[in-house]
Amino acid sequence: MNYRRSFFITTCLGVGFAFLYIPILSMVVFSFNASKLVTVWDAANSPTLKWYYSLLHNEEILDAAWISLKVAVINASGAVILGTLAGFGLARFEQFRGRFTLNAMTTAPLVMPEVITGLSMLLLFVAMEQLIGWPAGRGITTMTIGHMTFSMAYVTVVVQSRMSTFDIALEEAAMDLGARPVKVFFLITLPIIFPAILSGWLLAFTLSWDDLVISSFTSGPGASTLPMVVFSKVRLGVSPEINVLATLTIAVVTVMIIAVAVWMARAGKAAQASAE
Amino acid sequence: MRILPPLSKVGVSGRGLVVTLPYLWLLLFFVVPFVIVLKISFSDVDLAIPPYTPLLEWVGKNSLAIKLDFNNYAFLFTDPLYVHAFLNSVKVAFVSTVLCLLIGYPIAYGIARATPTTRNILLLLVVLPFWTSLLLRVYAWIGLLKANGVINNVLLALGVIHEPLNMLYTPFAMYVGIVYSYLPFLILPLYANLEKMDWQLLEAAEDLGCRPWQAFYKITLPLSRNGVLAGSMLVFIPAVGEFVIPALLGGPNALMIGRVLWDEFFSNRAWPVASAVAIVLLLLLVPFMMWYQSVQARESASAR
Repeated sequence: MNYRRSFFITTCLGVGFAFLYIPILSMVVFSFNASKLVTVWDAANSPTLKWYYSLLHNEEILDAAWISLKVAVINASGAVILGTLAGFGLARFEQFRGRFTLNAMTTAPLVMPEVITGLSMLLLFVAMEQLIGWPAGRGITTMTIGHMTFSMAYVTVVVQSRMSTFDIALEEAAMDLGARPVKVFFLITLPIIFPAILSGWLLAFTLSWDDLVISSFTSGPGASTLPMVVFSKVRLGVSPEINVLATLTIAVVTVMIIAVAVWMARAGKAAQASAE
Repeated sequence: MRILPPLSKVGVSGRGLVVTLPYLWLLLFFVVPFVIVLKISFSDVDLAIPPYTPLLEWVGKNSLAIKLDFNNYAFLFTDPLYVHAFLNSVKVAFVSTVLCLLIGYPIAYGIARATPTTRNILLLLVVLPFWTSLLLRVYAWIGLLKANGVINNVLLALGVIHEPLNMLYTPFAMYVGIVYSYLPFLILPLYANLEKMDWQLLEAAEDLGCRPWQAFYKITLPLSRNGVLAGSMLVFIPAVGEFVIPALLGGPNALMIGRVLWDEFFSNRAWPVASAVAIVLLLLLVPFMMWYQSVQARESASAR
C-alpha cells in the first residue's frame, strides 16, 4: 500500500469537507446569537445562552422530544432483534426457501422513497383497523411499527456484513467441543458480532429520531414527534431555537461517535491481543 | 469449495425459526402494504372515512362486483402537472447524482489513499453529518441561502455583490440541499470499494509510461465501477421521491413527485390519487432497485 498526496486531491478534500461542515458550524455559531433575525449577528448582546434557556422551557418541543425518544428506543431494540436474525440467517444459511425474497425485502427499504413507504404503511394500518379492529387509531404504536420496518433493514446490512468477515472456524470449534447451536450463538457468535449489533442499535435509534415522512403518515393526532414539530416551525422560516436544537444534537452525536470509535478501537486491539 | 456452515446442521427447524420472524414481519409490514396501495389506486375518492370507495361490492343478493377505476391513472397521464412532476423528479435526481459523483469521487479517493490514521479521522468526518438529523442539516441551508442569510451577508460585506442574491426557494437551493444531504451515501460505498483497490496496478501503469490521468481513467475508474454504481443508486433512487428538501428549499415551483404525493394525501385527502402516484413511482424505480441489488451481490461476491 502506498500513500500519496496530490495537490488536486487535497484541495478536493478541503473543499468537500468545508461544504459538509460550513452549514453545521453556522448553526452552532448562530445558536449563540442574541438577535431574533438569527443570521444577522447582534454583536452587542452576543454570545448569549438565552435561546438555550427558551428551548429548554418550550413545552411543545420537550413533549415532542419525549415521544421521539420513546419511539426511537423501542424501535431500535425491536429492529436490532429482527435485523440480527435476518442478517444472521442471510449470512449463515446458504440456501433456504425465501432467501431471495428476504434479501430483496431487506434491501428495498434502504432505497425506497420514504413517501411510498409511509403511504403504504398507513393504508395497511387503516385496512387492518377496518378488518380486525387493530390498531385502533394511529399513534405511537403504529409509528414504531413503521420505523422498525425500515430501520431493521439497516441493522440487517450491518450485521450481515460483520458476519461475512468473521471466522467460521470459531463456531465449528465450539460445536466440535459439544456446544449446542443456541449456546454457540450466545457464547461465540453474539460477542463477536456485538459491535455490529451496537452500531445497528444506534443507527436504528438515529433513523427513528430523525424521521419525518414515515412518522407524519403513520402518526395520529396528539403524537407529534420532534421532527414533525421542527418541520412545521421551519416551514415558516428560521428560528433561533432550532439552531439550539441542532447544536445540542450535534454535540450529543459527536460525543457518542467518538466514544464508540474509541471503544471499538480498544475492543479491536484487545481482540487482536487475545488472538495472538 | 465452501464448507457447510455449522449452524445449518441444526436442520430446517432451527433455521426456520431464525429467519421466519423477520420474514413474516417484512411480509406483513412491507409487502402487503403495497398490495393495499395497488388496490386503493383503483378505487374512487369518497367523502367517507377512510376516503375511498370499496373495490368489492355486493350488488343484488348473490353477486359480488369488482369495480376497478382506471381514472386515477388516466388522470396522472393526462394532467400535465403529474407528467411534469415525474419528469422533473427524474431530472433533478439525475443531475444531483452526477454532482454528487463529481464532488464525492475525489473525496472517497482521497480517503482511500490517506494513511490509516488520517483515513479513520476523515471517515469519521464523513459519517458524522450522516448521524445528525437530515431535517436540521437542510434547515441550516435556509439560514445560509436566504436574502439576509450568511452567504449574502458575507458577499455584501466583501463588496462582491451590491444587493442580496435570490437563492432560497429556487432550483439552485434544492440542488444544493439534495447534493449536500446525499453526499455521504455516495462517498461511503465508493470508499469501501476503492479501499480494496490494488494500487500497485497504478504504479505499474505509470512505470510503463501511463500519465496519472490516463491511469485513473483506464484502471481506477473501471475497477471502481461497482462502487460508483452502488453509490449513485443510493443517491438517485431516494432522491426521485424526495419530499423534505424540495418542500423546505425549493419554493412553490419546485415540482417533485414526492411533494405531489404528499399534497394529494395530506391537503386534498385524495388517497386513491396518491396511491396511483405511489404505484407509478414504484414501477419507475423497481428496475433501479433490482440493478442496485445485483451490484451489491457482485460486490459481496468479489469481497469473498
